[in-house]
Amino acid sequence: MGIYLDHAATTPMSPAAREALVAQMSQVGNASSLHAFGRGVRKEVEQARESIATIACAHPTEIIFTASGTEANNLAIKGFYWKSIERDPSKNIIVVAAFEHHAILEPVVWLEEHEGAAVIYIPIKPEGVIDLDALAQIIETESEHIAVIAVMHSNNEIGTIQPIAEIVELAGGIPVHTDAVQSFGKVDFDFAVLGVRSAVISAHKIGGPLGVAALILEHGIDITPLLHGGGQERDIRSGTINAPSIVAFAAAAQSAAVDRVSNFERTWKLRESLKERILRAEPDATFNGRSEIMLPGILNVTFPNTESDSLLLLLDNAGIAASTGSACSAGVQRASHVLISLGLTEAQARSSIRFSLGSSTTQAEIDEVGSKIGSVVESARAAFSVGAGAKS
Amino acid sequence: MKVIAAMSGGVDSAVAAARAVEAGHEVIGVHLALSSNPQKYRSGARGCCTIEDSHDARRAADVIGIPFYIWDMAEEFHAGVVENFIDEYAQGRTPNPCLRCNEKIKFQAVLDRAAALGYDAVVTGHYAQMRVDADGNRAMYRAIDPLKDQSYVLAVLNEKQLAGAMFPLGDSHKVDIRKEAKARGLYVANKPDSHDICFIPSGNNAGWLRDRLGSESGPIVDQDGNTVGEHQGAYTYTIGQRRGLGLSVPTVDGSPRYVLKIEPKTNTVVVGAKEDLAISKIVGEKPIWCGPMPTVGVAHRGFAQIRAHGSPLACSYTVSESSIQAQLDEPLFGLARGQGLVIYDGDRVVGSATVSDTE
Repeated sequence: MGIYLDHAATTPMSPAAREALVAQMSQVGNASSLHAFGRGVRKEVEQARESIATIACAHPTEIIFTASGTEANNLAIKGFYWKSIERDPSKNIIVVAAFEHHAILEPVVWLEEHEGAAVIYIPIKPEGVIDLDALAQIIETESEHIAVIAVMHSNNEIGTIQPIAEIVELAGGIPVHTDAVQSFGKVDFDFAVLGVRSAVISAHKIGGPLGVAALILEHGIDITPLLHGGGQERDIRSGTINAPSIVAFAAAAQSAAVDRVSNFERTWKLRESLKERILRAEPDATFNGRSEIMLPGILNVTFPNTESDSLLLLLDNAGIAASTGSACSAGVQRASHVLISLGLTEAQARSSIRFSLGSSTTQAEIDEVGSKIGSVVESARAAFSVGAGAKS
Repeated sequence: MKVIAAMSGGVDSAVAAARAVEAGHEVIGVHLALSSNPQKYRSGARGCCTIEDSHDARRAADVIGIPFYIWDMAEEFHAGVVENFIDEYAQGRTPNPCLRCNEKIKFQAVLDRAAALGYDAVVTGHYAQMRVDADGNRAMYRAIDPLKDQSYVLAVLNEKQLAGAMFPLGDSHKVDIRKEAKARGLYVANKPDSHDICFIPSGNNAGWLRDRLGSESGPIVDQDGNTVGEHQGAYTYTIGQRRGLGLSVPTVDGSPRYVLKIEPKTNTVVVGAKEDLAISKIVGEKPIWCGPMPTVGVAHRGFAQIRAHGSPLACSYTVSESSIQAQLDEPLFGLARGQGLVIYDGDRVVGSATVSDTE
């Protein structure tokens, strides 16, 4: 098999999570049923909830399981917005970081187009951190009308960690939501200390299964639900409780928590090693996201005069999996809005790719990437130059 | 060889890719995104860069077992094909965008990029045959399925481009390709063929042009200069067109009138009788030879074809560095400047040129 450097997209399931998943799948019973079968499953789910809550420094009742990080982010953004305008129609402003994940940006755009929301984007500084002064200014002038502020805990494309505690302080009483999908299990994440109203964590980014995530919602906070039905999750999220995935999520979170510090150090070193090897092969390469406080495993590189789709094809050919920010629904690579928000030009953004390292990454793999990256970039440059010729 | 299979999401390119794999080549599938605003069309027919087509292409690549990528060629396609299409109409000419796309996109932009990335050829689902003789001379021939033969739209490829092209379907009939697709488990086996211009999925070419070139009305005149009607944009007409003229002044004998000429400068459409459309000589400029250039200064016998699925017209032709002149055995009714003139020697494609004049 090849070299998998796309752990930020999804990462291998941990053995503990696999075992927990399979074991729970052999149990019958709906966690909402009142009989012994149901109670048996419910017990497992609640233990998992408590375990995840402990790791996230939240109260178990604050964990609301959903089917994806996207769903949880939609629930938070729309839920806060609808609740806000229900109480006061003039509180219709949503403030979001310009480089949020699409799971935040798209619901925000949808609310703007269909539900009367007004949106203010927080600019990003070149090093990859939101501009706190700009946010302070926004809050000062609009505090009466802001429904919710959403800033991701760490950016999925460049790995920079955001000053969430400072944002909460600036926000005063305005709800702050943070998408912590990339951070949870990898860096310190303490829901109580951060003081956010809500956060999103997802299982498959930390070695758990696909199809399960959670909204952590501060106790006593009421938001408008997205899905109406049995009200299984605190009446805020309906749908039969996905016990096997939840139990496996907890197992993955447990493993990630136990190994977090050692994984962080190990992954950070490997990332620095990759950086060094890339620079040795391609001195023109530049790295995006220069904050001191970063996720350990993400390396976003710009290779001047290339196009990311050629880079990805050539890397794939060489058995190396990397990725770019996003593709349109038809699959066309787009210039990353994250990189554009840092001030990169369209051409620079289109010549950038992300390597993301994880638990299975080894030094031997990094060395192999280092030995192949030069010829990959060379071919991508050749393809770029014929493309540029055809366009001119 | 390392080859790139251009996969549209249709049945032909899927089978072509599968055949290239079977022939022992190292194949990757590439879907060309030709529009920067992909739209979802539910028709099932191929549009340009629809979400469904890219999905179909990806699924076919999975079934065949080859890597799959999407290349964004929207900029190149717009500049090289769509703008050219509009410009040509604005000048009163009738272009064939498929010829242009093969010349500039599929077998230039894609082929160049493929070469830079270390690939030797582009394989497509076009119906045409390539033969290489004992001396290594390459020539393109009509496909064996006369209903599907696409050698006409490939006649814009020069020898170098042909050397980087593979057409694995030329020896097959379409009906068999569909059967083969089914046998291979490709669910696009029954997907309808595309017919319209891919970037005008509505099929309403006149309306599409009117949106881009305006709909300034002007006179429709007869050959004596008498105004017989009014048009809503001269470029939406084509030479030889009879229907939809909406003429207010009938001919004395009630005989139908046809578009003879489009004069963009004066925004005038000229109409006349069918016999006034008759031409016997076609002059084409900017010739491209799909093999050795024919001897200059000698009249050759061959066939001229002026539409993708038009009949071959027996002719004598002469060539120069800058033109092809074809003298038809029988008169032809209605030929617009801008159309592609393709010359055949039997079933072999000699070359092509863009119609610049007729007599």
